[in-house]
Formats: sequence, structure tokens, C-alpha cells
Amino acid sequence: MNWLPPDGALHGIALDNLLRWNLAILFWLFVAAHVLIVAALLLRRPRNSPSSVAAPTKTETLRPLLILEFLTLAAVSALYIAMDVTGHQLWAASREQPSAFQPVEVEITGVQFQWYFRYPGPDGVYGATRPTLVSAPTGNPLGLDPTDPHSADDIVSSILILPAGEPIDITLQSQDVIHGFFVPGMRLKQDAIPGMPGHLQFTPATAGDYSILCSQVCGLGHYRMQARLRIVSPDQYKSWLADRERAVLKAAR
Amino acid sequence: MTRRLFTTNPRALALNYLFLALLAVITGTLLSLLMRIHRTWPNLAIPPHGVIRPEDYLALVTMHGTLMIFFVLTVVPQSAFPNLVLPAQIGAEGMAFSRLNAAAFWITAVSLLVLLAAFFVPEGAPISGWTNYPPLSALSAAGPGQTTGMDLWLVAITLFCLASVLSSANFLVTILNNRAPGMTFARLPLTVWSWLVSSGLTVIAFTALFVAASLLLADRHFGTSFFLPSGIVVNGIPARSGTGTPMLWLHLFWFFGHPEVYITILPGMGLASSILANFTRRPVPAYRLMVIATLLIGVLGLGVWGHHMFVSGMNPYAGTAFGLTTIAISVPSSAEVLTWLVMLFRGRLHPTTPMLFILGFLSFFIAGGLTGPILAQPALDAYLHNTFFVVAHFHLVMAMAGVFSIFAGIYYWYPLLTGRRMNELLGKIHFWISLIAAYGAFFPMHFAGLAGEPRHYSQLNGPVESFTRLIPVERGITWSAFLLAAVQLVFLFNVFWSARRGVAESGTNPWRATTLEWSPIAHPIIGNSPYEYAPAPAPGDNFLPQWEPEKPF
Repeated sequence: MNWLPPDGALHGIALDNLLRWNLAILFWLFVAAHVLIVAALLLRRPRNSPSSVAAPTKTETLRPLLILEFLTLAAVSALYIAMDVTGHQLWAASREQPSAFQPVEVEITGVQFQWYFRYPGPDGVYGATRPTLVSAPTGNPLGLDPTDPHSADDIVSSILILPAGEPIDITLQSQDVIHGFFVPGMRLKQDAIPGMPGHLQFTPATAGDYSILCSQVCGLGHYRMQARLRIVSPDQYKSWLADRERAVLKAAR
Repeated sequence: MTRRLFTTNPRALALNYLFLALLAVITGTLLSLLMRIHRTWPNLAIPPHGVIRPEDYLALVTMHGTLMIFFVLTVVPQSAFPNLVLPAQIGAEGMAFSRLNAAAFWITAVSLLVLLAAFFVPEGAPISGWTNYPPLSALSAAGPGQTTGMDLWLVAITLFCLASVLSSANFLVTILNNRAPGMTFARLPLTVWSWLVSSGLTVIAFTALFVAASLLLADRHFGTSFFLPSGIVVNGIPARSGTGTPMLWLHLFWFFGHPEVYITILPGMGLASSILANFTRRPVPAYRLMVIATLLIGVLGLGVWGHHMFVSGMNPYAGTAFGLTTIAISVPSSAEVLTWLVMLFRGRLHPTTPMLFILGFLSFFIAGGLTGPILAQPALDAYLHNTFFVVAHFHLVMAMAGVFSIFAGIYYWYPLLTGRRMNELLGKIHFWISLIAAYGAFFPMHFAGLAGEPRHYSQLNGPVESFTRLIPVERGITWSAFLLAAVQLVFLFNVFWSARRGVAESGTNPWRATTLEWSPIAHPIIGNSPYEYAPAPAPGDNFLPQWEPEKPF
């Protein structure tokens, strides 16, 4: 049975393959070891058999067993190294690369117990925020500073809408405690650490709705700190963004 | 009674530690059952408390983890067992610093009381999990339980660190200085090698945690900001501004946290080698390899902490490096496992209860250990981190393997304390049902993790994601957990019943073992290596204990 949720990200295909063959090999190693343990329990030498009491002779099973042990150790060590190398290729591709050319930028902020998504607007620059201005009840959950000209066109959303097929660059941050930005359907996870904004890059592939969860215990509402990620076609994305931009600029005026 | 409590006799202290751990494990188990009940029947009211609220659930998680990891999985293998047999196994009169050793017990006992007090203060126990990441653990406003409850947790852990460092320093000096004549390093039982390494790790790791907990207390009460950055807003109110970073806590905590895993399991690994040799009547075939593997696990264990932080926003190149050290540590671990498997096929295997529990230990160590190389890969961990896959991993490789080796130790060393053996039939019932129930409780958690279910969720159905297909899995886990807890009553009954009614032993060496805790002689001169089960000095008596004169050839 396939337990993994459907994958919607470009890097997820290789990741799922890697995870599947790793799980398969390790599962069979688990089975093999247990066959040995059960065999040792069931195939016990008879009581009073000579080899169970008397001194083992030099040729008794030890040497071949030890050679077998060292060969097996070498084999599993080679397997671990192969896993590390193949795993590192994926890690390097997703985390050790420079920023993609002209990615879609979005800033994600974790707040007990909400995710907020901010798009920089037509000017392409995020406006300044101030902790003292944070006020969710009055519609300014991120503390946007109205005196900063860049903040007037910023779009703050509680749903994350992104275009399929385009590289995304997320700036990830937290307003209060550590949160974990986790999108199982995008095979994506990184902690949002207060005071230390981080970056996360990926390319969504398949349109659809995906769940955003919090993967780092953040307080009593941890289990309900969820949001929706909607992957749409690039055209739908452009028209949605244009609608929101118009609405924001109208409100600012 | 008073004399029993204020003793400096290591064996009496071992019993004190065991009773302390019993209190902790009963409490910790009941907490886990409450968690399971809440996850399976979220709206069930539990008298006298009522329905478990989300913050109650997180308090249960925090206290369950803290009790089990510190007061059970550390106290028994790293405090109770060494007090029980370490001096005897090296032929020492007692501990090097017997008052210091007794003081360590008392500090541990106070630490447990301080921790348990967190349930009874306003707002209750802390809710930030046993890892207590700041700012959630640093700011009282961040949630219920983060006021007095959090302070009590930090004080309890600071005391526990102090006790652990004191008692481990004592073990280190005892092993290095108090060995009997003839007890060379090459003749140390593998349990003693394990305690040498785990005590060294304890001194280093618990010092780091002591520092971390003290600094967090300072952040909470003395206006420092080791772990607090600027610009934090909690509940719409700007918090005190600071110049620190929570990342410092993550590094300090896991610099403790990962060696801690080896502290809890290394003594069990040493015991596994001894018991496998004893009940197959054959020596440990690769003694030197086992010693080197134990030392390597200790050294490498100090350099893998970053694998808990792959997705913390730590530099990705650091993630690559920690992935490599973690893969490296699976090599000596695999070497030990393969040696144990080889030992199963030599001589005649005697399936006594201690032997069965070591086979169970081996089974869980393999089951949980094999997911290690997956979680060691940053790319895969970036999906599995903080999901139930990790919960499955450490409950198998640390909790169940650890607990099964503890049971093996108790069944094995019971005659030392009582002169009687525990009942074998009850022991076997205890073993088989525990084995099945433990797999039933923890193996399916892999599937929940693969499905993406995060840890610390007080309920499955959230506003966006509801994990409905996991409900049958969760239900199975809950029933298995009940069975696992229930069958421990058989063990408890056996412990107390066998003390009076168990099979009385005529000699001092019921298992026909070779190590010195079974010696009938008070001041032995050590003539043999620890596992001389092969050459037959007399017909039918195919072992040569360490206290016997050196073998003639």
C-alpha cells in the first residue's frame, strides 16, 4: 500500500523513488536478520550434543562465520555509502544551489497558529514591517509600516497560490516561536526560526490543492496551524495576482 | 528503612534507583495511555480531569518524554545497573567515591520530585515537548504551562544533569583506578567497556545540557537573551528584544541529545554481548572488534548532533557533513549487530527469559536501527523529520531496545539481589506478549509518518488536513499500547512473587556465568578473559570464570 501522499513537486519524483528503494532494501535486511534470529531459536542443537558441551575444535564454525560477518559488514557499509551519495545528490540539487533565475517570490510568516503569505506586489520589494504595528484584529497581522512606500502594494494572503512549472523562492520567517513549514504534497519542510529568515526553493509541477502543516510544536494550537496551498496554471496565477494587486492599491488609496 | 534510604552501599543504591525508575515508568506509561486515548477518542471525558484539551495533550507529551528518557532509559542502564554490578565486575571493593555516588542518587530523587511537581502548579506542566525549543520555552506568554511548569522542568533537568555528571565521574574513576589485580583492560567485560564509554559521554553531554538549561533559566528570569532574537511578537504584544538566537539552544540541546541516545543504549549493547555469550556457552567471537566498535560509537556519537537539525535552516553544507558522520556511525553499530547474529549460531542456544529479552533487544535494535540510514540523509529527512516515522524510529531503537535490555538485566541479575530466580513461565509470557504488542504499537507509526502526519498533534482532523485514512492505524496502535502496558503487570507480579517464591539457588552462580558479579570469592585475583566459555576444565563444566586460576595452557 502506498502511504505517501500524491506528489505535486518537480523534485518529489526523484525523492519518492529514492525513499522507496531505500525502504525496500532496508525492509528486506530487516526480514533477513529476523529469519536468522528465528532460525537460531528453532534450529537449536540437541541437548548434550557433543559440540554443545565439549571444547570447540579449531575448525569449528567460527572462522567461516567471521569471514561471512566481515563480508556482510563491508556490503552493508557500501550500501550505507551508496545511500548517502544518492541522497546527497538530491540534497545538493535542492539546497546547495544558487537562486533560480527570476523566481516567483513569496514571504511566508508563521504566527501562533496561522501561516501568512506575502507577495511583494508590482514594485517587487517587500515593505518594511515593525513589531509594534502588528495587529491581526485591525487587518495588519505582519505589522506592515504604512510610511514605507514599498508596503502599499504588498499582498498579504492566508492562502498560498503559486503557478505550476515556475521556480519558487520562499523567504521563511516566524513572528513568535519556531514553526515548521511542512507541505507533504510538495515534499517540502523547513523550520521558520524567529530572527533568522531562511530560504526554500522548489518548483511545483501539478495543479491542485495541497495542505500546509506545522511540523514543529509551537503551542496549544499546533495541530490546527494549517493552511492551503493552491497550485494553478501560470495564466490563472497572473490574473489572480493582478486582481489582488488592484484590490490592494484601491484600498491604499 | 532510614538505613536503606541513606545507604552508600552500591547494591542498595541500585535498588533505590530501580524503585525510582519504577515510579517514573508507571507515571510515564499512564501518560502515554492518556495520549493514546485522546488520539483515538478525542471527545471522551476522563474523570476527574474531563476532556483532554490540546494543551493538556502537549503537557502529556512533554512529561512522558522527559520521564522516560531521563528517569527510566538513563537511570536504569546508566545508574541502577552500574551500581548493581560494576564494582563487582571489576573486582573492586566498592565505588571510588561512595558518598558522592549516594549524593547523586539523592539529587536524582529530588529532580524527579521537582519534575512531577509541574503537574500541580497553576497552568500545569510545560507544553513544548522534551526538547523545549525557545522562544516557546523562553517566553511565559507563549502558552499555558510555560510559566512555573517550565521553570520546574528546567530546575529538574539542571539537577538531573548535576547528578548524572557526578555519578558518571565516579564510575569513570572507579573503572580506571579500582580494578582488582589482574583485571586488565583486555579482561574487562563488555558491559564495563560500555559503561566506560557511556560515562565519558555522560560527563560531556550532560554538561552541555546543564549549560543550556542554566542559560534558559537566565533568559527567563535574569534578563539575558542567549536564545531570544529581536522583533518577536507574541499574541500581538512585542516581546523583550534580544540579541541571541534559538539556534544556540538547538545546538546545545542536541549536542547533549544525541550522545544521550548512546548513553541509554550502550550499556544494553554490552549486556547483550555478555548474555549471548552466557546462554550460547561460547565466547564473544570478536572481543576486540566489539571494544573498538563501542569506542567508535562513543567518539562518533559526539559528532552527529546536527542530524536533528537538517531542516532547522542550518547551513545545508553542515547538513551534508552531519549526514556523513551519521552514516559513519551505522558502520560500528552494524558490526556489533552482525557479531551478535554470529553468536546465535555457535554452541547451544538456551532460551531462558534473559536470553529471550536480549533477542527482543536485538530485534528492536535492528528494526529501529535500519531506518537510521534513511533519516541520516538530509534530503529524505526533509520529508520525514518530525513525522511519526521518527517517532517509530526512536521508540524502536532507543525505547523498546532499551527497555528490553533493561528487562534482560533484571531477569538476569535478579538472583544477585534475592538468591532466587524469577519465574520462567511468567517471564516467557511477559516476553512474547510484550514483543508482539510493542511491534503493534510502534511499527505502524512508520506508515503514519510516510503519510506525513506530524508529531505533537493532539488530534488528527485539522482545518485543512484530516488524515482520515490513518484512523484505523491509530486505533490499532492504541489497542497495542494497552496490551503492552497490561502485560507489564505480569512482570511486576513476577518481581514481587519470585522474591519469596522463586526457585532458590544453591550456589552463587545460577547462570554458570564467567563475570565477577557471580563470584563466590570476596577478593579474587583475575586470571582469565571475561568470556571463557569454550575450554572445558572439567567434563560437563565448559566454562572458566574470571575468578578461577589462570588456565593451565
